[in-house]
Amino acid sequence: MLRWINRLTQNGKFHPMWIVLATSAIAVVAAMIAVPAIYEGAKEPKKPSPVAVKQIPAAANLPEPDSGQHDLKPAPAGVQAVHFTPPAESEMPSGEFGDTVKLGRNIFVHTQTYAKGFVGNGLNCVNCHLDAGRKADATPLWAAYVKFPAYRDKNKKVNSYEDRLAGCFRFSMNGTAPDYNSKEMIALTTYSYWLAKGAPTGVELAGRGYPKLENPPLAPDTTRGATVYQANCALCHGADGLGTKVNGQYAFPPLWGSDSFNAGAGMHSVKNAAAFIKANMPLGKGNSLSLQEAWDVAQFVDTHDRPADPRGK
Amino acid sequence: MSTHANASYADAQAGAAITKNGTGAATACMQCHGANGEGQATGGFPRLAGQGRNYLVKQLTDFKAKSRINPLMQPIANTLTTAQINDVADYYASLPGWKPAASPVPDTAQTARGAQLTHRGNWDKGMPACFACHGENGAGIAPHFPAIAGQRATYIAKQLKNWQAGTRSNDPQGLMKAVADKLSADDISAISAYLENPK
Repeated sequence: MLRWINRLTQNGKFHPMWIVLATSAIAVVAAMIAVPAIYEGAKEPKKPSPVAVKQIPAAANLPEPDSGQHDLKPAPAGVQAVHFTPPAESEMPSGEFGDTVKLGRNIFVHTQTYAKGFVGNGLNCVNCHLDAGRKADATPLWAAYVKFPAYRDKNKKVNSYEDRLAGCFRFSMNGTAPDYNSKEMIALTTYSYWLAKGAPTGVELAGRGYPKLENPPLAPDTTRGATVYQANCALCHGADGLGTKVNGQYAFPPLWGSDSFNAGAGMHSVKNAAAFIKANMPLGKGNSLSLQEAWDVAQFVDTHDRPADPRGK
Repeated sequence: MSTHANASYADAQAGAAITKNGTGAATACMQCHGANGEGQATGGFPRLAGQGRNYLVKQLTDFKAKSRINPLMQPIANTLTTAQINDVADYYASLPGWKPAASPVPDTAQTARGAQLTHRGNWDKGMPACFACHGENGAGIAPHFPAIAGQRATYIAKQLKNWQAGTRSNDPQGLMKAVADKLSADDISAISAYLENPK
């Protein structure tokens, strides 16, 4: 089983980075491990997605994550990833179903406005799940959706997609999950379902989670990471890592401190954070940092204080 | 946060005088940038009213240092002292920023495409939304990301082409270069047209 991360990301209309990370144990791993270069960015035929299939290499031995929300496990060697492209936003349906899809998108992108009561920090799902949960290699919702229900080591049981979303609220959003029958949970699930329209279920979709990251040449180092941070991240996230606000809301999310994800979040795993950063940061310049820089800066970010893991770990 | 909160009234007043009368050595800013800093479509003179103070200071300083090349602005910036640069920046930052027109401008195919790129980006090419960094309404994110909403199309198009060509390179971390490189000529036209009257 793989693990996932949870995070959701970006932009709703317009923004950058982090958010919900925590999710289940399934995806991340798989994604990270298996998905590397599969997503070629370019458009694939849209609907029937089972198009190109690519062999995924066997997992490498990566460092163990440090806690439960982030245990990543290697994907079995030879797992095949399938390309998929989610429907365009312009194809969103009308009617009550479409309204719920739109609400789900709004919650995802403007979490602070549409689901504030369930969030205990300053993040929006889209901060980590870039492009409103659409972007491959940034934990896209469509790839996660088709991998549930799934068994997760984290809680030793088969988890529903709602369970996975609840993990995001609890850890990445440092909050309390809405009831599974609430309009928020239904809308998020509906939005995910719609994004996955035409995708096969139970298969590995290319672009799920983050691309697998190799081990760095040198052990990750906080001091080097601080230098990488100041040169590449501080412009938006602040020299103090506390983000940048406009009109009381974060325009660029805080990477640590009381308004950031808690210590149980998937992003609090250096491995996950490094994989996210390597593929996606700085925004618009993904893959510009070296492997070593990504690991070092992830280590630096994750050594800062943040809300505690609610499980008491 | 917003740097213009720090501007003192006296500084802004001194800046206002420079923009209206020049300094003797420097031409009055308003001759090209408009009586109220609204810019001028012809000639591609950018709107300055409501622009972030830090951004304005950096641009004038960069003109002076030749890290941003512009044959018109270079000689003007050269004559300004650091204090005068700060005063002028304080003044323009204190003016009201762009506001949407009361009656919305009708969409065209081009502005619709521009809206898509501006609000959503084009991730197939790895291009983030313009407003991801320039603020939810394009009003800028101080201190580094300037307002672009309501900016002159001629100016925006020119700058994007300059980033692409490498003839403008004073962006932090090469961020604008990275974005501009992902734009086609049509993308640039669409974004520029849309940003004159974004929604």
